Amino acid sequence: MNLLLSIDVAVRKFILLVGQVSLLTIKGFVGIFVPPFNLKLILREIDTFGAGSLFLVNLIALFTGMVMALQTIYGLRMYGAEIYVGSVVSLSLVRELGPVMASIMVGARVGSGIAAEIGAMQVTEQIDAMRALGASPVKKLVSPKILAGMMTLPLLTVTADIVGIFGGMVIALYELEIDRTFYIDSVLTTITISDFLSGIGKTAIFGLLVAVIGCYFGLQTTGGTTGVGRSTTITVVTISILILISDFFLTKLFLIIL
Amino acid sequence: MSNIIVEFKDVHKSFNGLLIHNGINLSILEGEIMSLLGGSGSGKSVLLKELIGLIKPDRGDIVVFGKNITQMREHDLIRLREHIGLLFQGAALFDSLTVAENIAYPLREHLDLTESEIKNRVAEKLHVVGLSGIENKMPVELSGGMKKRVGLARAIATEPDIILYDEPTTGLDPITAQRINDLIVELQRKLGVTTVVVTHDLHCVRMVSDRIAMLHEGKIIMVGTWEELAASGIPAVKDFISGTICD
Repeated sequence: MNLLLSIDVAVRKFILLVGQVSLLTIKGFVGIFVPPFNLKLILREIDTFGAGSLFLVNLIALFTGMVMALQTIYGLRMYGAEIYVGSVVSLSLVRELGPVMASIMVGARVGSGIAAEIGAMQVTEQIDAMRALGASPVKKLVSPKILAGMMTLPLLTVTADIVGIFGGMVIALYELEIDRTFYIDSVLTTITISDFLSGIGKTAIFGLLVAVIGCYFGLQTTGGTTGVGRSTTITVVTISILILISDFFLTKLFLIIL
Repeated sequence: MSNIIVEFKDVHKSFNGLLIHNGINLSILEGEIMSLLGGSGSGKSVLLKELIGLIKPDRGDIVVFGKNITQMREHDLIRLREHIGLLFQGAALFDSLTVAENIAYPLREHLDLTESEIKNRVAEKLHVVGLSGIENKMPVELSGGMKKRVGLARAIATEPDIILYDEPTTGLDPITAQRINDLIVELQRKLGVTTVVVTHDLHCVRMVSDRIAMLHEGKIIMVGTWEELAASGIPAVKDFISGTICD
């Protein structure tokens, strides 16, 4: 009986959570198109999401590309097909690894930052103050972050793809001593526009997830500084899980569409 | 001092099953300083937040300027808040904004002023709270008392008809607390605003109040002047005033 009651409570909580997150997403999204438009706020968020994450994302992409090349060469060597390393590395990076790695990195870095910032504002009554002073916290805080997330994550992913492929090339040149032109040719003949778009398209959704989840758990913060820490942790965990789960469904969707 | 500007009618509120307000009935008159007295956790701050529409009561009506705000949508509440200033307990200044930007915040949201008009208004309000020339400081550079006074400058920036103070003297040294008490009275005299002070600081209550409402176990158990409160035979009021523990 107690187990059934616990399941009932958990299901209700989950439904409430999904409902609240959906409502915040809709309100935040609508807020992007409702005047007044605060360009300064949007630019600040773009800077936080994009410029602030550029080095980290590309560093991870570089080493991901390099390790992918090492592993691919090892695997393909069994069949004497190691010269196709460029094709395999670029396809993996552009379709899957680039978007997911960049999104998880940005999710951990920016998502936790959003939750901590808004959470601290919540526990120090700054969110209430914002409402008391006649502003909408959704319009001021959530909408610019959603816009910034959806705009910058695809751009970050493009740079991650390029740097990752470059990392793969460095290993291919060093390990296989193949010609640089051959590697670049094999990349360009393998990657199609649909591969590129399916990877980039997913990241706009991931950017939305990072912004909304960070904002949601930030706004739900209670219990002082301990609460801020709790919100930050749950944000990072939720964003990582949601990116990986939604990646499966988005990949399937893009395979049907493109 | 005769028109009722705020009225709580049978207001009930609970959080997670814990009853905070169990039928609050209270009228606040135009131009008076009304203090809400009560122990920690008695729901005084919640009452202030209900008054400005930040929290909705579970049941009952709150009438402000003749309008029932419990039925209002957020859009209408925002317009109402232009006429109500709230000083938060911890000042709640925006960390990422300068003092000037904090004070200008409600002006930009509510009023259609030019940048030079905003600048002048900010300087004027800082002068009123005795902090001229700190426009470019960040909140982190200010002491607790300065933060409260900047918070007050922000609360009065739009020249509201009602000013709400949430624990204005809590955590301040006696001299700064006295300065805040003087400011509350001075602002009421100068601007003629209706003032609601939520506090458990008896000195503050005695200094500033025209009338005092005592909140106990979710209800207003007494409304009167300081003298009436001090002479009250109600056990909870007597115990609170004398500082003894009541059941």
